[in-house]
Amino acid sequence: MKGNEALAEAAIQAGCRHFFGYPITPQTELAAYMSKRMPKIGGTYLQAESEIAAINMVLGAASAGVRAMTSSSSPGISLKGEGISYIAGSDLPALIINVQRGGPGLGGIQPSQADYWQATKALGHGDFQILVFAPSTVQEMVDLVSDAFDLADTYRMPAMILADGMLGQMMEPVEIRSNEHKKPIEKPWATTGHQNKRVHNVVNSLYLQPKDLERLVRERFARYEVIKQKEQRAEEYLTEDADLVLVAYGASSRVARSAVNKAREQGFKVGLVRPITLWPFPTDVLQKNAKTAKGFLCVEMSMGQMVDDVRLAVNGAVPVDFYGRTGGMIPSPAEILTKMKEILGGAQ
Amino acid sequence: MAKSKDLNMLLAGFGGQGVLFAGKVIAYGGLMDNKEISWLPSYGPEMRGGTANCSICISDEPIGSPLVLTPNVFVAMNLPSFDRFINDVEPGGIVVVDSTLINKKVERTDVQAFYIPASRLAEENGLKGGANIILIGKLFRECGFCSREALDKAIEKCVPVHKAHLMGNNKKALEIGMSYEG
Repeated sequence: MKGNEALAEAAIQAGCRHFFGYPITPQTELAAYMSKRMPKIGGTYLQAESEIAAINMVLGAASAGVRAMTSSSSPGISLKGEGISYIAGSDLPALIINVQRGGPGLGGIQPSQADYWQATKALGHGDFQILVFAPSTVQEMVDLVSDAFDLADTYRMPAMILADGMLGQMMEPVEIRSNEHKKPIEKPWATTGHQNKRVHNVVNSLYLQPKDLERLVRERFARYEVIKQKEQRAEEYLTEDADLVLVAYGASSRVARSAVNKAREQGFKVGLVRPITLWPFPTDVLQKNAKTAKGFLCVEMSMGQMVDDVRLAVNGAVPVDFYGRTGGMIPSPAEILTKMKEILGGAQ
Repeated sequence: MAKSKDLNMLLAGFGGQGVLFAGKVIAYGGLMDNKEISWLPSYGPEMRGGTANCSICISDEPIGSPLVLTPNVFVAMNLPSFDRFINDVEPGGIVVVDSTLINKKVERTDVQAFYIPASRLAEENGLKGGANIILIGKLFRECGFCSREALDKAIEKCVPVHKAHLMGNNKKALEIGMSYEG
């Protein structure tokens, strides 16, 4: 199954029945799959007139307490930014999928990871965060879609799957399990009609009294602290005795893993930390590795964005280097190997 | 069971020749043998009449990078693709060439090259558009990327229901490739 189709089916299996989208390469198969499946299972597939309309439809559906989602690729996600800020400001759960391509502007259509800053720091205006998951295989995309919906519901906030053109377009074996049998998370705040039996619910992001707004933002940030404590996820590969630890997520982590294997064959002690959550950033595992490693090498398909968070986590304990390709270029294991040797050679 | 060699395969040709479909059959062949596999297509404007290629990895271990830059198996389905990728093939690698469309020999001596006039054979046998499957047959003969049983299952899996009437043709094309010497 293609990555994009797997994302779509996983969302359906997670109980999502409301998809609002707009086509854009390299994400379109996801929307196409939804357009075929949703009408057959009593769901809603709606191709909106624009990305902005689509994200506001997600806001509306989420207000009513249903699992709602949208998907796009980089330029389209920029358009959705305003709506995502509104969703975060209204404390609503929703899933947004970004199958990244090269930027800025219309950029290109080949795989990229240049939206890290956007996803983790600046999706829209205001003080807010969203959950960001970075799968590296088609199977993991499926598993994380389900987790993303669950955690979004639990913490009442938007969640994003940050994929890229490579993961969206590739096929790998995948097992999709239905998790609709899971007990749904209660949503007493949803605007589902009070029938004069309770006080009506309000979904809103407008607070004209600074005092009120500050209180709400502080409450939200208290929740973010809990998430930072409880929800960090990362995978470690051969890090135990590693002198140099690579840090890479998503598609570039697969290339990094191949490079680590090649370097190990040649006797170099290198390992890999692969962040699975980008927000909350897996600071703990990096700090742990900073005690034993002599240095880090961050590998990205961008000019260097996640490397900022790696440096913050490592906090100057050891040097943090960077290697990246951008514009839709994918680094090769050989290029990363050369960079690793350069660093390790310099350290000796 | 002995660990088999990782196969990093690249198939390349014109859009419309069935490059991606051929790749899919190979990937499913690996899957039917319970291997780890990945299939990564080129996508975008080149698919519409330009060049198309796809990377397939078959391994006993989880696949690292699914993008094949230095293939150990290369199937060339047109001249531009042949020229573009022939020097990227790993030493000791296998190259299969559709010699109807590529009027060139592999000059490198460190790879094993096989030539089959797949497009002509397809035409002669009334298998329009079947050159891709003939090439898979030839590739199977030379490098056995999966078991025979798995390959048959893969073809059955990949031919969509609405094209089921072409199943016989696909199997015939496979046989032609498999029995071709040279």
